[in-house]
Amino acid sequence: MRSLLYTIKQAFIQFGRNLNMAFISIFAITCMMLILSLFFILVINVNTAAETIKGDYDSIEIFLLDETTEEQANAIIDDMKDEDGVSDVYYKSKEEAMAEFKGRWGENGYLLDSLQDNPLPNSVVIMIDNLEKADDLANKAATFDGIEDVKYYKSTVDKLLKATHFIQVAAIIIMIFLIVVSVIVVSNTIKLTVFNRADEISIMKYVGATNWFIRGPFLVEGIIIGVISSGVSIGITAVVYQNLIDAIGAEVYSMLSMPVVPMPFLIYNFAWIFMALGISIGSCGSIISMRKFLDA
Amino acid sequence: MIEFDNVTKYYKSNIGLDHVSIKINKGDFVFLVGPSGAGKSTFIKLILKEINADSGRITVKGHDITKMSARNVPKLRRNIGIVFQDFRLLPKKTVYENVAFAMEIVHKKRKDIDKMVPQVLGMMGILDKKNKYPEELSAGEQQRVAIARAIVNKPKILIADEPTGNLDPDTAWEIMQLLNKINQYGTTIVMVTHARDIVDKMQKRVVAIENGKIVRDEFGIYGYQEMLDDGSAQPEKIFDTMKVPQRTFKARFRRGGNK
Repeated sequence: MRSLLYTIKQAFIQFGRNLNMAFISIFAITCMMLILSLFFILVINVNTAAETIKGDYDSIEIFLLDETTEEQANAIIDDMKDEDGVSDVYYKSKEEAMAEFKGRWGENGYLLDSLQDNPLPNSVVIMIDNLEKADDLANKAATFDGIEDVKYYKSTVDKLLKATHFIQVAAIIIMIFLIVVSVIVVSNTIKLTVFNRADEISIMKYVGATNWFIRGPFLVEGIIIGVISSGVSIGITAVVYQNLIDAIGAEVYSMLSMPVVPMPFLIYNFAWIFMALGISIGSCGSIISMRKFLDA
Repeated sequence: MIEFDNVTKYYKSNIGLDHVSIKINKGDFVFLVGPSGAGKSTFIKLILKEINADSGRITVKGHDITKMSARNVPKLRRNIGIVFQDFRLLPKKTVYENVAFAMEIVHKKRKDIDKMVPQVLGMMGILDKKNKYPEELSAGEQQRVAIARAIVNKPKILIADEPTGNLDPDTAWEIMQLLNKINQYGTTIVMVTHARDIVDKMQKRVVAIENGKIVRDEFGIYGYQEMLDDGSAQPEKIFDTMKVPQRTFKARFRRGGNK
């Protein structure tokens, strides 16, 4: 306990003595974390989009001919229910389909009122919980009597998922790269303060200080730098993101019929991840920079 | 207290120590002499386990340190005080803090620190300087601070690496008196030095190292082979002219110093 307090006290003294360097690294790491947050937000929104897309398209719709009876439809439903990878099968009447369609058109839905007949067919909707089975299910669905068409948006889903997957992987690679750069920046800053105190460290070693005792204050110093950097970047990100969704969020929504991740939800998750990241960057940086000094 | 058993240490291009065996007993005061690069620093670094021996066995306070793991090195060093030629005080800390620092490192209680530090500074005769910074002190005073720091944790062994190298003869002699006092309290002292007058005057055990070998180990005066070769000193003659105080020898033997 005594040594912990000593360590923290020393760390703050050190931090104060190297304010310039500390600010330079805080600035650099904050910049990097802001770029990081950009990708983070991108990934989160892409993930949400991917989920939405999957939700929209994880179904096979069997359009029925108008003359198909309800018994026939029920037979199809019963048959499909027992298949592997099917989570739910239900009947959708043409009226329901129309209501849904209107819903999608939103404010402009009244335009559909001018239609005399409902041109939409009755259908059986098969919800899939395993996309791998989707192909087989679609093929099987096509064999029933009394159906007009089987709609399954496999290629669309595949393309979208591929695109989102690509964005995710690219963003993660860039994020890892940025994290590595941050660690190097911190380790260089700490290395400078270590150089300044090389004498002190060698004396500490001669007097019999353990490596962790020597490392402690530098570790805490690194963590302080990391925490301040992540705090600042979390703040900036929150403000910028809020303004961004205020400004264009609604348009994005109406354009892509896709929700953006709301600010409080994002920041809540984001804050934890970034704090953890800041602490890890700071501590890794300082441990790396101390390694050579503590070898002997 | 310190025992080398057939210890060898080679560096890439030269010899550090070459099959050296020596025993330094508790309470000994040993001068380590020899030309530069002879292996004196290697000897000290091995005791501190700053470097590891290639072969042989080194025992410090009964522990075989050649087999000691790196984790236990700090514990070893807490039993060894060290004083350097260039003092190595921390410039941003006061005299008091410099000494207290050595106790903080080993997690001593504040209460003990506040009791012990003035005591040691008093013993070194610099208690009135406790709030000064190193740069405000004379070289001799700085070395006293360094010695205070080295002994504040009551080590059993004190290693002094040319402690008088940067001091004028009078001050150097004062420092030697302090070291002698510390030795009399029971601390084993190993001192590397090139100061012939001091060694001659102190009449302690003198171990001469040359080319990694111990070439001489006896009580009395400064000297090693190279000096003899160039005729700059004739030890026999010096022995003839020097009066070796018997008392010192007796005191040595009483303590079992030369067994």
